[in-house]
Amino acid sequence: MTEQLGFLFDQSLCTGCKACSIACTDKHDLPEGVTWRRVAEYTGGTWQKDGDTFIPNVFTYYTSISCNQCVDPICVQVCPTTAMSEGEDGVVTIDQDKCVGCRYCEWACPYSAPQFNAETGHMSKCDMCADYRADGEDPACVAACPSRALDWGPIDELRAEHGDLAGVEPLPDPSITRPNLVIIPHRDAQPTGTGTGDIANPKEL
Amino acid sequence: MSLIEASSGATNQIGRRSILKWGAVAGGGAALVGTGSYLGVLPGVGEANAAQLSPTNADKTVWSSCNVNCGSRCPLRMVVKDGQITRVLQDNTGDDSIGTQQIRACVRGRSIRQRIYNPDRLKTPMRRRPGTLRGEGKWDEITWDEAYEEIAQTLTRLIKDHGNESIYLNYGTGTLGGTITRSWPPAQTPVARLMNTIGGYLNHYGDYSSAQIAGAASHHYGGWIGSNSFDDAKNAKLQIMFGNNPLETRMSGGGETFVTQQTKKLHNVRTIVIDPRYSETAQNIADLWVANRPGTDAALVAGIAHTMITLGLHDQEFLDKYCVGFDEDHMPQGIPAGNSYKSYIMGQGPDGIEKTPEWAAQITGVPAAQIVQLGREIGAASPVAITQGWGPQRHANGENQARAIFTLAALTGSVGVPGGGTGEREGSFGLPMANPFATDNPVETSISVYGWTDAVERGPEMTALADGVRGKDKLGTGIKMIWQYAGNALVNQHGDINRTVKLLQDDTLCEMIVVIDNHMTVSARYADILLPDTTNAEQIDVIQQGSAGSMGYSIVADQVIEPLYNCKTTYEMMTGIAQKLGVEQEFTEGKTQEDWVRQVIDESRENIPELPQFDELREMGVWKVKGESRVALADFRTDPQANPLETPSGKIEIFSEALWNISHTWELPAGDKITALPEHIDTWEGPTEAKTNERFPLQVIGHHYKQRTHSSYGNVKWLADAHPQVVWVNTADASARGIANDDWVEVFNDRGRVQLQARVTARIAPGVLSVPQGAWFKPDAAGIDQGGSVNTLTSWHPSPIAKGNAQHTTLAQLKLA
Repeated sequence: MTEQLGFLFDQSLCTGCKACSIACTDKHDLPEGVTWRRVAEYTGGTWQKDGDTFIPNVFTYYTSISCNQCVDPICVQVCPTTAMSEGEDGVVTIDQDKCVGCRYCEWACPYSAPQFNAETGHMSKCDMCADYRADGEDPACVAACPSRALDWGPIDELRAEHGDLAGVEPLPDPSITRPNLVIIPHRDAQPTGTGTGDIANPKEL
Repeated sequence: MSLIEASSGATNQIGRRSILKWGAVAGGGAALVGTGSYLGVLPGVGEANAAQLSPTNADKTVWSSCNVNCGSRCPLRMVVKDGQITRVLQDNTGDDSIGTQQIRACVRGRSIRQRIYNPDRLKTPMRRRPGTLRGEGKWDEITWDEAYEEIAQTLTRLIKDHGNESIYLNYGTGTLGGTITRSWPPAQTPVARLMNTIGGYLNHYGDYSSAQIAGAASHHYGGWIGSNSFDDAKNAKLQIMFGNNPLETRMSGGGETFVTQQTKKLHNVRTIVIDPRYSETAQNIADLWVANRPGTDAALVAGIAHTMITLGLHDQEFLDKYCVGFDEDHMPQGIPAGNSYKSYIMGQGPDGIEKTPEWAAQITGVPAAQIVQLGREIGAASPVAITQGWGPQRHANGENQARAIFTLAALTGSVGVPGGGTGEREGSFGLPMANPFATDNPVETSISVYGWTDAVERGPEMTALADGVRGKDKLGTGIKMIWQYAGNALVNQHGDINRTVKLLQDDTLCEMIVVIDNHMTVSARYADILLPDTTNAEQIDVIQQGSAGSMGYSIVADQVIEPLYNCKTTYEMMTGIAQKLGVEQEFTEGKTQEDWVRQVIDESRENIPELPQFDELREMGVWKVKGESRVALADFRTDPQANPLETPSGKIEIFSEALWNISHTWELPAGDKITALPEHIDTWEGPTEAKTNERFPLQVIGHHYKQRTHSSYGNVKWLADAHPQVVWVNTADASARGIANDDWVEVFNDRGRVQLQARVTARIAPGVLSVPQGAWFKPDAAGIDQGGSVNTLTSWHPSPIAKGNAQHTTLAQLKLA
């Protein structure tokens, strides 16, 4: 295997604009309802009331997530037709000739990364824009981010520079699939499993 | 003390392992679009198609641009295959440094393919079917020649019968930044150029974004000053943003979102955001969020000023030297004692009320202790970079709100220095691009931008003293014809949509409405003649920069594809009408649109010698130059005698003698008030009335939303899915009404009713709703707006000084739908 690739997400810069998500959709011409990169808003807090006045104690942050090209890719493990596989760089791809669209991978993935494309009858997922990378370009989401909150590269290099945090609320416990993801957390980010907030935009995910 | 739990409770039952699982949209569904070319379709769907359309398969990649009214302008590279745009790519020039940054388009620019290939595209000229009401949606297709003939004949008749002042160019900002295609300012549009060849038109002053701050600034600073650019905040000790939200209103990743974020990241200057809503700017760069009630910024400033004055933390030296009206020693002659700002604050003015933090707390909802703390912190920091967005001024007391924030900047003595600011909105470096296309309007009469519905309804009654008519003491005629070019203010963006619709349906008042646009917007629905415009991807223009801190740039947005359907450029349309009117040569001067663009570049090079020549710039797409950080009023600060302001005194007028005089001469409706000082004023449907209005106890504001720029992009499916229209409601207000996150709710008052989903959140102050502005009005059979336009709820009532829109001053009630 060559170097395992992964995504870097600087949550402290994310404004939840979804330029990443739309750039992905535009690049891959995804049909309605298929969104390989999605953005969750996690928010909570309280208002302290004193007579006619209030003090807010409120937090909000966003998490932009696509496939994390996991070390333990549960989608690969559960695929009954061996359509899912890891490449030399650890990026998980789908062999469209083998995929029967059973959606087992979608069910198993805690990030819901693989998604069913009714147009093709097969599963579909993020491949970190393999064609762009082959041309020496960044993946569409990374190149699009107005805030420069996304990056990609060999995961070891990303971790060496930015640490190895991969789990903040509302993401699943990273021990499940060992995602190749590094998060620079928002100042209010809460560790996975200790959250006090809610996802504000469940229908957008 | 009590705690209000902010948890909406709607989603927290979901197991954590299933993160994003609930969002696992049942895949498939309808294809994005149908098939067939030029029928409002995207070229192909699916992965196989995407692979086929990879850049290596492209025929060409052409530079274009997103030209909507967000304050940014983003270049876009459009990938073309077989004559269709197959993909949109970002600017790939420059880097991630301020001044040389890539101008990365926001989510809207990235969606432009769905705006260009949209089922709502207007495809051929149409006339409202005779015998139907405006807005009924019954149309007859006509030829371009028929359209030109009818418009020319009607223009000629109306001008003969009522004069050129009966022809109005309505506000529209759907296509901005270009030179030939720009829809604002009205005087620089191709429509104005046509009208100027036949005697001119009734103009307007102000705009829906900033009418009141402009009116306030003209009295306070002698004109529009702007503030320091956001990159200059690196020199500040403290940054304060009043209702300023660049991370949503100016989302460009090469414009102010990029500049504010990077400046904060690199220099980490403490930042306070004052806003009733926990905006993206607040969540992202604020160290402190202060949540005041809408319409109370002037009261908050007064409370802060009280602390600063009491503790001696204001900059007396600056106020003495550069300002009029702070204290009794620096007042214009002949003004009675007790009318200085200090007297107002300390309770020595006519109202006798001391503007203590406790007084301010009752009005603003911000606790007195926090106001004291703000006064101490602001007073202790120097310089302080104070800016305001356009939310505070879009109120019934908006001019005073804007001036109060200017005054706070003066109290800190931070005006005209690096790291400081004027309290206006941020400025930016700009290129002095030429505009040879614009001509002068022979008609000098103008009305306020918000006054056009009144001018339709009762034009001849409108006067300078009561309605702010300029250039004449009174209007001689009502508006008989409206041109609406690339704008949605005809219905959607104006106040009180239901009343506006009723007015427009009476075609004995305004006899002809011509709408030029790309899409069947809400305003287009109310046209008599619809002229389908090409999008910017279908024509060439030169884009004259956006607001981007210290960087200047220029884009040649080339023609990417052939015009779709039977659309024409506005330049072609106006040429066709000019021909019928016998003024073609005056209109075109024998030039094509590309000739004009070449001329713009040629003439701009006289002022900007390093600007590339047209052919080179066309090849480059975008040309950038690293300019200077802007420090507003630096010359005035250095030498106020040599560089006086254009106020009557030449100084900053905290007390405005002009406003003092106006307050005694203008005729105002009951409840409206003009003051010479930036006082807090309790208004109709304001925060004080909200406390006692049992029917409509909630204040409604309308924040700018990621889905749209005002109403532009409002019909783009990708964006509607990514950022659905929802009303923001505080958890406590929702809970009291039995409303949970994502419930369908109705927001209503006596003017109208809107149905949409609730975003139950702690991110908005109790007692406040925000209906993101710009959604397209879509009444059902019962007249209930299912589109979620905030202007179904707002009023026509103009502000007292600028006669501008006060659309954030609105009361309503909320219930489950």
